[in-house]
Amino acid sequence: MATDTAEPAGGMASANEHLQLQDRIWLLRAMLLMRGIEERAMSLYRQGKVPGSFYDGFGQEAVSAGAAFAMAPEDRLCILHRDLAAHLIRGVTPVRILAQYMGRAGGITRGRDGNVHFGDRHLGCVGMVSMLPDMMLVATGMAMAFKLRGERRCALTWFGDGSTSRGDFHEAMNWAGVQHLPVVFVLENNQYAYSTPVDKQFAVDPVERAAAYGVAGVTVDGNDVEAMFEATREARQRAVDGQGPTLIEAVTMRMHGHAAHDDMKYVPKEQVVQWRLRDPVDRQERRLRELDVDVDAVRAEVAAEIDAAATEALAGPMPVADDVLSGVFCEGEAEPLGDGQAPWSGFMGARAPAGGEA
Amino acid sequence: MAVMTYLQAISSALRDELRTDERVLIMGEDVGVFGGAFKVTDGFVAEFGTDRVMDTPLAESAIIGCAVGAAVVGMRPVCEMQFSDFISCGFDQLINVAGKMHYRQSLAVPLVVRLPSGGGFSGGPFHSQNPEALFMHSPGIKVVAPSTAADAKGLLHTAIHDPNPVCFMEHKHLYRRVKGDVPDGVYETPFTARVARSGSDLVVICYGAMVDVALAATEDLDGASVEVLDLRSLVPLDEEAILDSVARCSKVVIVDEANMTCAAGAQVAALIAERSFEDLDGPVIRVATPDVPIPFSPPLEQAVLPGVDRVKEACRELLAY
Repeated sequence: MATDTAEPAGGMASANEHLQLQDRIWLLRAMLLMRGIEERAMSLYRQGKVPGSFYDGFGQEAVSAGAAFAMAPEDRLCILHRDLAAHLIRGVTPVRILAQYMGRAGGITRGRDGNVHFGDRHLGCVGMVSMLPDMMLVATGMAMAFKLRGERRCALTWFGDGSTSRGDFHEAMNWAGVQHLPVVFVLENNQYAYSTPVDKQFAVDPVERAAAYGVAGVTVDGNDVEAMFEATREARQRAVDGQGPTLIEAVTMRMHGHAAHDDMKYVPKEQVVQWRLRDPVDRQERRLRELDVDVDAVRAEVAAEIDAAATEALAGPMPVADDVLSGVFCEGEAEPLGDGQAPWSGFMGARAPAGGEA
Repeated sequence: MAVMTYLQAISSALRDELRTDERVLIMGEDVGVFGGAFKVTDGFVAEFGTDRVMDTPLAESAIIGCAVGAAVVGMRPVCEMQFSDFISCGFDQLINVAGKMHYRQSLAVPLVVRLPSGGGFSGGPFHSQNPEALFMHSPGIKVVAPSTAADAKGLLHTAIHDPNPVCFMEHKHLYRRVKGDVPDGVYETPFTARVARSGSDLVVICYGAMVDVALAATEDLDGASVEVLDLRSLVPLDEEAILDSVARCSKVVIVDEANMTCAAGAQVAALIAERSFEDLDGPVIRVATPDVPIPFSPPLEQAVLPGVDRVKEACRELLAY
């Protein structure tokens, strides 16, 4: 199986035949929202309003925005902690996200789990667990069910470079390859697993290993949101056409520490400087300015939305402990995942329903 | 009603579920064409095909993880661990992904893991374990352990219909040794305890393969009236049934085939200590496998597994207290 290598850093052509102007603005908006919400959450963390620690995806916004934008309503996503934009694209609202960070009753998990461990079952998103990359197997199992039922649907999950060292990476890649499943694996190579650089993580790049599993492998500039979208759109197309799984390696950089407490002393300064020039939000803004889009208006709109969400989230109550013991088990009928939003214009119009589990 | 072995009863439940619910899917190592290491799914592929009786890669973490994924998109997967011992390789997916999902995200994971467990046939340290207490200690997972053919079928139906992850501890030593009347068709046995024999002088509390051991040990115990309470379900634990037996019998022996420390019986003993102190006429006595790996050679294995003689001795001591 051939391994495609997309053009890596910088200079990627901005024209994209599958994206209309409204889509390209949507992508910027999703990244701006992610960055703005995370900046606000970091500020709330420093004010002592976010318990525990805080994890963000600063510098990696294009990976989740671009990939999630290529997913249809009936597709299912398992989302990592650097991928807030995927939640936003699927329809999780900023107020619920900020309430989630603060452990409030209005958060998606009602205070039961922290930071980006949420998903939203009504929107086809499953939240991650901290053992990485466990969700690769969950996504593989979703894809297995889609294939068994003959549905044209796809599952997608994100995970990091460190995750590729664990057995579940191997088990998922192998299973997906053996069963030729409609699943997209997005490897978010942000150069560091906590403090450990990729050269201490693997001897052979994971995308080179993909072929050995019978999985298509693609390397993409993970700081180019339109390139991320296009690679994922193609991978999804292969998946629903019965052409099997794809591993997309999104090359990016974690521009903040692993979590709020981490000052990133282990990262050479020049590496940060170099990657700052490739900021994914700046890049998409430049593209849109060249097309005479009023980027400042988009920014203002996003800022206002975040302000309103923060105000509302801060006014929301903390959870009460009365029901802290409830819900360990499901007492009623098992309700499967619902469909998420899919704002890409390519999904608008005459699409036959692919079937759903509900 | 038909007479079936414990193993046939499990097969019958799986076959009935596959016939009546298209969402049910069997996944495991060698369960398809070969029919399973113990032949529980023998002949299934001919009726249901290789998609629904799926030979998976040798990857326990993947079996559980993929079953979680299938479950949350509407399937009802029934996974087989070839031996319950191998669940250690799938532990993370079961404990951290499946078990905590509903509490965190209100997302149900209707999933059954069948765990052929237990010793008594020279399986050695890696084919003889009773890992049920590990799951009891992890919130969000139900644990059941039948001792009769009728319960094996009925509890498996209930487990497959349950919207939560359920560990179904099926005892390998009972597969072909236990036989009994099994009702026809699909029926649900509740996740509650069962009085296997009623009595008034002493109660032996046990589950799985230890139920037959307890019944044999106390069948004729110097004329004493001995109750045997078969727990059947460890999570949820039928506390009322336990407390009721203790109130009536006042003397308690708890038998686990699992290793002694933190076994299911330790939880039962703690419950009785807290809630039945006034009902007791003697110390709660535990019989279990000492904290050693299960040895291979028959004389060594028999020396550690609780047998009829050890249970008899424990009961006699307590009756004389």
